[in-house]
Amino acid sequence: MTIETTNKKFSSQANVIGPKITVRGLTKRFGNELLYSQFDLDILGGAITCIFGPNGCGKSTLLNVIAGLAPYDSGRILFGEKTLKETKVGYVFQNYRDALFPWMRAVDNIKYPLKVAGLSKIQQKLRVEELIALFSTKIDLHRYPYELSGGQQQLISIMRALATGPEVLFLDEPFSALDYEATLTIRDKLQEVFQLSCLTTVMVSHDLEEAVYMADKILLLTKRPTRVAEIIDFYAERPRTAATLSEKEFIYTKARCLDIFKREVYK
Amino acid sequence: MSKIKSTSALKLKMISLLASNIGTLIILLLWWGIAQMQLINPLLLPTPQETLVTLWVSLWQDLPQDFFLTLYRSLYAFVIAAVMGVPVGIILGSNEQIYYSCEFLIDFFRSTPATAMFPLFLIIFGIDDFSKIAVAAFAAWLIVFFNVAYGVMSTRKTRILAARVIGAPRWRIFFDVVFFETLPQTFIGLRTAISLTLVVIIVAEMFIGSTNGMGQRIIDAQQTFDLKQMYASIIATGIMGYSLNQVFLVIEKRFVHWKGK
Ligand SMILES: Nc1ncnc2c1ncn2[C@@H]1O[C@H](COP(=O)(O)OP(=O)(O)OP(=O)(O)O)[C@@H](O)[C@H]1O
Ligand SMILES: [Mg+2]
Repeated sequence: MTIETTNKKFSSQANVIGPKITVRGLTKRFGNELLYSQFDLDILGGAITCIFGPNGCGKSTLLNVIAGLAPYDSGRILFGEKTLKETKVGYVFQNYRDALFPWMRAVDNIKYPLKVAGLSKIQQKLRVEELIALFSTKIDLHRYPYELSGGQQQLISIMRALATGPEVLFLDEPFSALDYEATLTIRDKLQEVFQLSCLTTVMVSHDLEEAVYMADKILLLTKRPTRVAEIIDFYAERPRTAATLSEKEFIYTKARCLDIFKREVYK
Repeated sequence: MSKIKSTSALKLKMISLLASNIGTLIILLLWWGIAQMQLINPLLLPTPQETLVTLWVSLWQDLPQDFFLTLYRSLYAFVIAAVMGVPVGIILGSNEQIYYSCEFLIDFFRSTPATAMFPLFLIIFGIDDFSKIAVAAFAAWLIVFFNVAYGVMSTRKTRILAARVIGAPRWRIFFDVVFFETLPQTFIGLRTAISLTLVVIIVAEMFIGSTNGMGQRIIDAQQTFDLKQMYASIIATGIMGYSLNQVFLVIEKRFVHWKGK
């Protein structure tokens, strides 16, 4: 493999549109408790889908099942025409403390997926430089994760998740352990990255405003047994800013989501 | 200006050194006072000065030989325990079924004082040096593999999942993640094990026909009523135990720098 081809292969800026995700007939139970039964879902390729729903309805479980981190009882999940094995995915955990490797420096955390993928040292270095440029970050990457702030750690997790240039990115409440300032910064960084690439992104959020702000599509789930309540589109231009939050379209979409949410929770 | 600063820094250092050793000084003073006033028969309790002089003199005679023999035996037993304990711990820890099928056995032997098994080891290994090492190694091995197994079993799942989603194969997840996750607990096991090997070796040297080693030295001094020598040897042994522990703490801090952070 020459450097040139691998760079193309691993670059997140490649203009390949991320695959759509199809879930068909998913059944998932915990013990006797049936969480999903004959569950169908289509997630648009190359777009950002935010999942919002009642507590404990199975948002994380859905993400984990699709990402292959949790087993399921039956059903079929496809990424475009391919299976999970044939698809490159990235995953950002809610709890960055438990997800980063504290025995590795930040830079080695980011390089780890590249090492697993078998890239040479030079290729790894080049790719990290690319990521640094992409995020225009000034974090001292030679520190250990525990020497960085929460926001910086989560940024490292995101860089690690994007290192191999995945086609699909999963994020499970990536901001909920962060303070407000860090949340804003990272949200906007993510937006920039998404604009450059066309990966399929699925993000769980417990904050409706954030979900709408980030999303092309908002996936609203019901209480258990969990079904899709509705999928709402949100077409505001990117990059979205603080001004987006006061636009009519945004307020309308948010209100609509809230209505559906309330309808489902208090039904 | 800077001179004043540096002298005051020195002063601070002295004070903190003093503060952290105040207990030791009080004990020494008490010892000195009691011995000086002859509250206890001076044959039974020599003064600290006499003891330290004896220690100093013995340092140039046969004490180093006993010291290093005991150290050698302890380390030998420890190395056996570590080399055999870490892999067993990993295997048991990563196969909960095997672990639970051995759980009673493990708990039973962990609760049995190793010294109670001297006779058994004497029968197996004979009365030579190796039976002492074997008993100590056995006791320490239990500690090591138990801690390693416990460490493996209680690894946080998130990092393993993180490695899995990255696409790491099983062997990589093991060497790159599980191994490091287990390291803090492994070190606790190793540190406990080195202390335990020293204990068992000393007791073995005292009571299993030994002609050398600190244990034999202490018991000999007691039997010939050379109490100065007895106290000196006890202090030397204490220094050995303390140093071993400190060395391990330093190694641990270097290798498990993320612990507690
Ligand atoms: N490992 C497990 N064993 C048993 N039950 C589980 C397990 N994981 C999740 N559950 C149950 O499945 C349901 C869905 O859990 P999940 O974490 O997916 O919900 P969630 O929507 O992400 O919740 P939250 O809003 O709290 O993040 C919950 O009722 C939970 O109790
Ligand atoms: Mg969740």
